[in-house]
Amino acid sequence: MIIPHPLLGPRDAQEFTYLGDAGLINRPYWLSEDAARAFHDYLYLRDNPAGQHRELWFHEQGDRSWLVVTRDTTTHEILKVELARDVALARRGAA
Amino acid sequence: MSQINRLSGGQLDRSRPLTFTFDGRSYTGHPGDTLASALLANGVRLMGRSFKYHRPRGVVSAGSEEPNALVELRTGARQEPNTRATVAELYDGLSAQSQNRWPSLAFDALGVNDLFSNVLTAGFYYKTFMWPRAFWEKFYEPIIRRAAGLGSLSMEADPDAYDKGFLHCDLLVIGAGPAGLAAALTAGRNGAQVILADEDFTLGGRLNAEVEEIDGTPAHLWAATAVAELQTLPNVRLMHRTTVLGAFDHGTYAALERNADHVAAPAPDMPRQTLWRIYARQSLLCAGATERMIAFQNNDRPGVMMAGAMRAYANRWAVTAGQQVAVFTNTDNGHRTARDLAALGVDVVGVIDSRPSATATSAALGDYPLFAGAQVVDAKGKLGLTGVTIRRADGSTRTLPCQALGVSGGWNPNVSLTCHQRGRPVWNDQIASFVPGAQLPQGMRVAGAAAGLFSTAEALQSGIDAARAALEALDLKTTALPCPRAEDGAYDIAPLWYVAEGKGRKWLDFQNDVTVKDVKLAHQEGFRSVEHLKRYTTLGMATDQGKTSNLGGLAVMAEATGQSIAETGTTMFRPPYTPVAMGALAGRAAGKDFKPTRLTPSHHWAEEQGAVFVEAGLWLRAQYFPRQGETHWRQTVDREALAVRRSVGVCDVTTLGKIDVQGKDAAAFLNLVYANGFAKLPVGKCRYGVMLREDGIAMDDGTAARLAEDHFVVTTTTANAGPVYRHMEFVRQCLVPEMDVQLISTTDAWAQYAVAGPNARKLLQKLVDPGHDISNEAFPFMGCGEITICGGLRARLFRISFSGELAYEIAVPTRYGDALMRELMTEGAEFDVTPYGTEALGVLRIEKGHATANELNGQTSADHLGMGRMVSTKKDSIGAVLSRRDGLNAPEGVRLMGFEALDGETTLPAGSHLFATTATAQGASEGWLSSAAYSPHLGKSIALGFLERGQDRLGEVVTVANPLQGQSLKARVVSPHFIDPEGERLRA
Repeated sequence: MIIPHPLLGPRDAQEFTYLGDAGLINRPYWLSEDAARAFHDYLYLRDNPAGQHRELWFHEQGDRSWLVVTRDTTTHEILKVELARDVALARRGAA
Repeated sequence: MSQINRLSGGQLDRSRPLTFTFDGRSYTGHPGDTLASALLANGVRLMGRSFKYHRPRGVVSAGSEEPNALVELRTGARQEPNTRATVAELYDGLSAQSQNRWPSLAFDALGVNDLFSNVLTAGFYYKTFMWPRAFWEKFYEPIIRRAAGLGSLSMEADPDAYDKGFLHCDLLVIGAGPAGLAAALTAGRNGAQVILADEDFTLGGRLNAEVEEIDGTPAHLWAATAVAELQTLPNVRLMHRTTVLGAFDHGTYAALERNADHVAAPAPDMPRQTLWRIYARQSLLCAGATERMIAFQNNDRPGVMMAGAMRAYANRWAVTAGQQVAVFTNTDNGHRTARDLAALGVDVVGVIDSRPSATATSAALGDYPLFAGAQVVDAKGKLGLTGVTIRRADGSTRTLPCQALGVSGGWNPNVSLTCHQRGRPVWNDQIASFVPGAQLPQGMRVAGAAAGLFSTAEALQSGIDAARAALEALDLKTTALPCPRAEDGAYDIAPLWYVAEGKGRKWLDFQNDVTVKDVKLAHQEGFRSVEHLKRYTTLGMATDQGKTSNLGGLAVMAEATGQSIAETGTTMFRPPYTPVAMGALAGRAAGKDFKPTRLTPSHHWAEEQGAVFVEAGLWLRAQYFPRQGETHWRQTVDREALAVRRSVGVCDVTTLGKIDVQGKDAAAFLNLVYANGFAKLPVGKCRYGVMLREDGIAMDDGTAARLAEDHFVVTTTTANAGPVYRHMEFVRQCLVPEMDVQLISTTDAWAQYAVAGPNARKLLQKLVDPGHDISNEAFPFMGCGEITICGGLRARLFRISFSGELAYEIAVPTRYGDALMRELMTEGAEFDVTPYGTEALGVLRIEKGHATANELNGQTSADHLGMGRMVSTKKDSIGAVLSRRDGLNAPEGVRLMGFEALDGETTLPAGSHLFATTATAQGASEGWLSSAAYSPHLGKSIALGFLERGQDRLGEVVTVANPLQGQSLKARVVSPHFIDPEGERLRA
């Protein structure tokens, strides 16, 4: 696969390490009332869709950016690539 | 008698004879020949034995689709089984052997299988070797493996190198026939970056095999001219002998270039083959079409071949497979074979055209007997064709004497690559075959015969059009190329898959010996899906992947089910298009080069000391340093460990991961990634830290040293350097993007040495520059700082101890590592300084009760490790919330403990399971030993391990079970801190 890196342009997927569902960005607050349940859901209850999926890729052999790649898992079509840091900051802003 | 079947003409260099051997017999051929064409020229039709029935077989095709003519090429370590003689380029001295026969090709003892063919039908193995079950592995399988099969391996290491390479282009053109050449010329003249790849050693595809003209020039000369022009274009890369094997995501292609298969051995600096990864913005598949067989009784006799192959052998290689030939066809295309061979003076005894409508005026291209509406019903001649029996339209039979029969059942577009990204081909009634479907790999177009366009004129025009469309898609300039004038003849197929007449076997898949009857039997036994049919009969599952046979099998299945072929569907095409040697897939990553090897800066010094090395991840680390007179590794390791406890030792710990953490929020960041607190660590101090995974399991441990308010250096275990860095970047970028903190791995930037033992300070004081006080008061346990040594060399000093002794780790820029090690040895001579390796390091840390990867094995929590109280409840940290789950903290859970062999002597094997001595045979394991060593300091065998309720069982004797070696030992549960539990030594 070729992943269009927002800063570096098209890069071969071989340069990346895959982590999984981008929901891992949404880490629960440690002091929330139901923290144990929230962390359980955060860690174990992730989607594994056949189709569009937002997922985390680490450019380990490159600039060490974590990326959020929106990919169709059935066709490998890549629909969107964002810096995970931007996604995380936007989430902070929205919260 | 030599080259008795050689004709005039052809594209050979007749000025040079090439000598080669087949099964020990010597023959001659010419440059331009393949092994198959040269054997045919010498009158050799029998080239192999079939897989299952050991039937005599001859060459069927003139290309990479060949199912029959598989040979062992070369001898010795370069022997290569299952090489298709049709693509093996002839060179002087070539040596080939036939395979799957004994004692000889002409007389094969296992030809007896053929007599039992009535029982050896589809699913024979499944039905027969079911019982008794135990017989399969010991009895049935070895016999079947010996009887069936193809070539054999040399069992020697491959002496050749294989390379990998990467290429980028605007347009990848796959196949250099008329469509591919026209496309490459169009794109090349327009300035696009073009790669033109073809599996053949001469570009031109069918143009080299046909008698026709393009713009008034013989087709093969037009092709040569086109290739010559392409060679002058700097933006075009021509790749001969290069098979595009697969189409992958986003315009990525794999291609195998055979750099040196056409010579006896590669030149010393040449790879034998190169596996290319091609990134193509657009691609154009011009892979042509493959001719298919019509099945009839004994259609596998040596001498029966594809009509197009027979024509290619005559026109390109100036060879006829026999002095008398016949043609069996269901298209106009087959008549070309008769025309061309007759023109070359070969006796064409007849064209059997199954189409009743075929008449001398409509189809025939020359003066030869035409049998319209007739079929071939049998072939004679066991080791080589002697004649065919035909059934004429009027019902009469006749035998035609011939040594070769060209069969044309029609042509199948080579759609394989169009299907590698989930595409499915679609049925086309016009040509009675599958053509590429609408869903193609990204950026791919198809032109020429691969798209079902069979005339040369259509191929040229479609190649030009597709190339222009590709360039337009890239916004590149496209000037139209005038399409050359070329052949535009009719094809006119009337499908005929097999001849109904006759009870004998009619062969579909020559390589796996599948007959029409096998397919019908499979259907009768309930197999309906083509995928099941394939697996049950093994149709199309041989090394040729059924290129000549699949469609015939599908047609028989379709007929049996009463469906159309379109409804029946095809099996999936998958990469690779043709077989690939494992060596090519491995490339240079073989043997010691499988992975890179990382050496520490003082590696060469350690080599000079005669160190024994051990692999630690990618690193090579000194394991121990044997001295003269030491005959066993334990002697060495005991000496090294004792030397550290008595005086001072030095160990290379460069391989530990080092991560530089800087920024205003560096302390807050580490406070999040470590389970224990780091916010209040003063500048100039180190702290041991444990990192958890988010699920609460211990991930890694190490120390973090605060060099400044906003600057820390974190160490990780050797194995986890990469994963911990990745994890910390994840936390930084994804979880706390607002923090002002930066990370960089500095593992390679610093050489680091542990200097441990009661004399460690005295030794270091000799190196440290004046002005840096490292006395116990000024530089206490867990102190750290930036210093200079040896007259101005910058260094970092950490007073940390893995051994439990007074110890430091000193780091210098990598390029000074070797010099520092030598300096430590020189200056340490007065203290009898001892270099120690990873074995002694392990002994020392087990004696001290320090955990490593053996203990942090991905199954243990902080509580299990006895560090439960380190997990702070006053702050957020990764893994803290879930680490408090009951299951990870249960009082009855396991706890890291020490163990002593009851007799003091017997080695406690790490990995052993622990049981209460009262446990019954059915009792469950209560824990395991994770690390074990002989402690020379204590004079007994000790171990670390995890034991249920271990903290309450001090002094208990447990059973240490190692059933792998039939051992059952006894050990006493003790504290994991075997030496200096109060930590007086390291604070000295």
